[in-house]
Amino acid sequence: MKTELSLDVDGEPYHLAVDTRMTLLDLLRERLGKMSPKKGCDHGQCGACTVLINGRRALACLALAVAHDGSEVVTADGLAHDGALHPVAQAFLDHDAFQCGYCTPGQICSAVGMLDEFAQGWPSAATIYPASEPELDHDEVAERMSGNLCRCGAYANIVPAVQDAAGQMAPR
Amino acid sequence: MKPFAYQAPGDAATAVRSVAADPAAVFLGGGTNLVDHLKLGVAAPDLIVDVTAATSNEITDDGAGGLRIGAAVPNSELAADRRVRDRYPVVAQALLSGASGQLRNMATTGGNPLQRTRCVYFQDVTTPCNKRKSGSGCSAIGGYTRYHAILGASEQCIATHPSDLAVALAALDAEVRVLGAAGERGIPFVDLHRLPGEHPELDTVLEHGELILSIDLPPLPMAARSAYRKVRDRASYAFALVSVAAAVDVADGIVRDARIAFGGVAHKPWRATKAEESLRGAPASDDSYRAAAQTELAGAQAQDGIDGGNAFKILLLTRTLVATLRDLAHEET
Repeated sequence: MKTELSLDVDGEPYHLAVDTRMTLLDLLRERLGKMSPKKGCDHGQCGACTVLINGRRALACLALAVAHDGSEVVTADGLAHDGALHPVAQAFLDHDAFQCGYCTPGQICSAVGMLDEFAQGWPSAATIYPASEPELDHDEVAERMSGNLCRCGAYANIVPAVQDAAGQMAPR
Repeated sequence: MKPFAYQAPGDAATAVRSVAADPAAVFLGGGTNLVDHLKLGVAAPDLIVDVTAATSNEITDDGAGGLRIGAAVPNSELAADRRVRDRYPVVAQALLSGASGQLRNMATTGGNPLQRTRCVYFQDVTTPCNKRKSGSGCSAIGGYTRYHAILGASEQCIATHPSDLAVALAALDAEVRVLGAAGERGIPFVDLHRLPGEHPELDTVLEHGELILSIDLPPLPMAARSAYRKVRDRASYAFALVSVAAAVDVADGIVRDARIAFGGVAHKPWRATKAEESLRGAPASDDSYRAAAQTELAGAQAQDGIDGGNAFKILLLTRTLVATLRDLAHEET
């Protein structure tokens, strides 16, 4: 069954008719040609499809497109500004934080969303008592990024990349 | 995936009417479980009624020290709420111990307790499963049982409930406000989920078309000293083998009161009332905690399985309860 919806994707407005069964991931890739969100597991287990929906990281593979009518979606493509890479993307390059690169757009979107959550004081399971104020140490980054799998095992460089980006993005 | 119609009404009464009128209709919250089931063929509704705009996304003070949590509040916001972290740390810890940051942003307060078992046979439509298809048999009995029940199972089903949040809510005597065709009612959270018995296809006591509006946390000063401890196969992003939600009131080395629930071991969050009773008035010691666990688990029944069975859960849960209570009792107040 078809239904109409409007979306803003990477700063551009779209209006289209989609099947109610279509996920946001399939809409982005197959209808809009946005290939940075990847279809890894397609079951919400790997994080390769992570995008920002209304500023929050989410899994596009488990989002029905029709349920996000009117949303603002940002993919890894849309993070760059005026030709300059987003600090998180630049940090991934600087730290060699990937090998095959398939999980990378999801990792980067997830890190961007995570750093915003951290800046707002959101706790994590690594913060044993959520009432305390966490620091973004190795365990915090690993816990907060645990929804993004890397089969190449580039975690050893992903964690410092995220920490580096956090330092650069912190208000000075 | 079977075609379905989609509605997103702006009010709960319309949502309830739509689903109640159609036996093949379902509610959609964050979709983290249902959308996966659509893909797997575990669910095949002909109408999906999105209730994220029909229910509240706010957490409000009840004026007496309790909190009313709207059904549409995302798990991540609930875990971050300062009132929840201060008054009911067990709730924040339970939420943060489950899923991933992305999933917690999507999943809702009303949807989380209604997620379905992660029993591998339930999710694999090529294997018999009494929960998915009544009367087809149980593939888990004698199969892979690591994630299965040791309490309250039946000959039809040994599945466990996967929610961490639900374990905390069961321990705290939360109440679920629901709206159905017959009107609004409150259900004690401990009575929301069922044991499998002869009808493992039914996870909860909700009628078809009944919608969770809010989950209410009662005032409970002792919950300021509460915790959730989860044991799992990975350090993060994995379901519980066993888990404990607990709140204690300890004074002068004596346990005055306790609230305890277990996760990962039954078809529902397992409120451990026998353990609570055994603790009241007992010295705050490992011996008391162990005795409380043993009292509660006296009726536990391990499953044999091709993976070696799940008898290990009885000792693991005993130790997890002891460790949780010991930490809580020693916590500064």
